[in-house]
Amino acid sequence: MSDSNLSEKLREIAEDARELAHEASEAARQAVDGVVSAAPGVPVEQVGVNPFVTGLTVFALACFVGYYVVWRVTPALHSPLMAVTNAISSVIIVGALIAAGPADISFASVMGFFAVILASVNIFGGFLVTQRMLSMFKKKS
Amino acid sequence: MSVSLAAFLYLISGICFIMALRGLSHPSTARQGNTFGMVGMAIAILTTLALPGVLSYEMIILGILIGGAIGAVIAKKIEMTALPQLVAGFHSLVGLAACFVAVSAYYEPAAYGIGTKGDIQVASLIEMALGLAIGAVTFTGSIVAFAKLQGLVSGRPLVFTGQHMLNLALGVLLVVLVVALCMTQSDSTFWLIFVVALALGFLLILPIGGADMPVVVSMLNSYSGWAAAGIGFTLENNLLIVTGALVGSSGAILSYIMCKGMNRSFFNVILGGFGGDDSPAAAAGGYDGDRTVKSGSADDAAFILDNAGSVIIVPGYGMAVAQAQHALREMGDQLKAKGVKVRYAIHPVAGRMPGHMNVLLAEANVPYDEVLELDEINRDFSSTDVAFVIGANDVTNPAAKTDPSSPIYGMPILDVENAGTVLFIKRSMGSGYAGVENEVFFRDNTMMLFGDAKKMCEEIVHAMDQL
Repeated sequence: MSDSNLSEKLREIAEDARELAHEASEAARQAVDGVVSAAPGVPVEQVGVNPFVTGLTVFALACFVGYYVVWRVTPALHSPLMAVTNAISSVIIVGALIAAGPADISFASVMGFFAVILASVNIFGGFLVTQRMLSMFKKKS
Repeated sequence: MSVSLAAFLYLISGICFIMALRGLSHPSTARQGNTFGMVGMAIAILTTLALPGVLSYEMIILGILIGGAIGAVIAKKIEMTALPQLVAGFHSLVGLAACFVAVSAYYEPAAYGIGTKGDIQVASLIEMALGLAIGAVTFTGSIVAFAKLQGLVSGRPLVFTGQHMLNLALGVLLVVLVVALCMTQSDSTFWLIFVVALALGFLLILPIGGADMPVVVSMLNSYSGWAAAGIGFTLENNLLIVTGALVGSSGAILSYIMCKGMNRSFFNVILGGFGGDDSPAAAAGGYDGDRTVKSGSADDAAFILDNAGSVIIVPGYGMAVAQAQHALREMGDQLKAKGVKVRYAIHPVAGRMPGHMNVLLAEANVPYDEVLELDEINRDFSSTDVAFVIGANDVTNPAAKTDPSSPIYGMPILDVENAGTVLFIKRSMGSGYAGVENEVFFRDNTMMLFGDAKKMCEEIVHAMDQL
C-alpha cells in the first residue's frame, strides 16, 4: 500500500469520526432537552439537595474547624487530646442507641446493645482518664 | 421529641465537642474543655433517648451501666506509663462499636429510614460498608498496637516477603466487595467485607516497630474518627459527621507532627520494617568497638550537678519504662533547692504516644511551665552547664545533622552535645531504636551513668544529701 493511499484512508476515517461525534452531541442535546422538559413534573421535595451533599458540606466544614482547632492545641497536651478525641468519637453511641431502641429484641437490637456497652466503656473511660491527666498539670507554686 | 429539635440539640452537642478541643490550647483552660466534652456527650445521649424510635430503656440503661462501670474502673486504675496501650485499647472498642452499628443498620435499615432489608439505597450501602471496613481495620489494628505496647508480642517489626502486595491485594478486594455489595445486597458479601477488613487491620500494623507506635496510635485515632463519620453519613446524622471529622483531622495532624519529629514520611512509617534486625543502617553506624566511653558513678554525677548553675533534663521512653519520673522530680527539687535552674526538654517523639512525657512529668508534680518543647529550648543548651539525658538516645544523636547515610538523618534533635557536660543514664551501651551509634557517648564532655534510671536518680539524690 502506497503512502498516498494510506493518507487517503486516514482522511476518510477522520471524516467518519467527525460525523459520529456530531451525531453523538446532537443526541446528547436532545437528551438534555428531554430531561429539562420533564423536570417541572417532578414533585418539589425531590428537587431539594441530596442528603449526601448536605452531609458532605457539614463534613468538609467540620474538617476545617478540626484542622484549625487542633493545630492550636499545645504539644504538652497531646496525650489528653488523644484521650478526649477518643472519648468523643464514642458519640457513635447515638447510632447504637437507635439500633438498640426497638422494644422487640432482634439480631439488630442485640448488636446495638453490644455497641452501647463498648461505646460506654469509651465514654466513661476516655473522659475520666482525660480528667485525671489534666488535673496533674499544675503551674509552678 | 421532633426530629428538628433533636437535630438542633445535636448541633449544640457538636459545638460542645469543638469547645472541648479548643480548651486544650492551654493547660489552664483544658479542664473546662473536658467538661464541655462531657456535657456535649450527655446532650447527645439524652437527645437520642428521647427520639420516638427508642423504647427499650431497661436494656439501654443496663448497657450504659455495664460499659460505664468498666470504663470508670479502667480510667481510675490505669498507670500513667500505660497510657499508650490504654488509648490503643479504647480505639479498638470504638472500631468494634462502629462495626456493630453498621451491622444493625444493615439488618434493620428501616430503624434509620434508609430502606428495607435487601433494598437499601446504594449511597447508604457504600457509607455503611465504609464505616464497617474502617471500623474493622481500627479494631484489629488497635489490638495489634495494644499488644505491642503492652509487650504481649515483640515490639520488633514483623516483616515477610510479599507483605505489601498482600495488603494491596486485600485493599483492592475490599473495593471489589463493596461494589459487589451494592449490586447484590447479599449478606455473605457484607460479612466478607468485615472479615477482609479485620485481616487487613491486623496485617497493616504487624510490620511497624514499637517506637513508631506514636504514629500508629495517632493514625488509629484518626481512623476511629473516619469510621464514626462514615456511620454518620449512613444515618444522615450531622453530629456523627462533625465529630468524626474533628477526631479524624485531629488524629491526622498528630500523625503528621510525629512523622515530622522523625523526619520520615507517613508512608515510610506505615509500610513498616524500620528498626528491624536486618536494617542495613545498623552496620553503617561506624562503631568500631575500640572506642572508650567515660563512665561515672552516682557520686560523680551528684558532684557535677551540684556545681552546675543550670541543668536541662531530657527524658525519654527509658524513663517511662523504669518508672523514674518521681525519683527524677525529687532530684530536680533538690537541685532547685540548691539554687540550680532546672528545666525539662521534650522531643516531639519522646515516649510511645504524643505528649506522653509531659503527662508523666505532670504526674510526678513537675510544674508544666518548667517543661519545654524542642523549639523553645534547643538554643539554650549551649548556655547550659549540664544536660541530663535519662532514657533517651536517638533524639540526641548528632548523626541526624551530620551523617546523610544515617537512617535518622534530617530528624530534629535536642542539641545536648552543646551543653558544658552531658550526663547519660543508660542501662547499657546498646544502641537506640534506630540502631544507630550515638556519637555523643564518646565525647570528652560526656559521662555515662550505667544503671536503672530510677535507681540512679535515687542514688544521685542520696549522694547530693551527703555533699
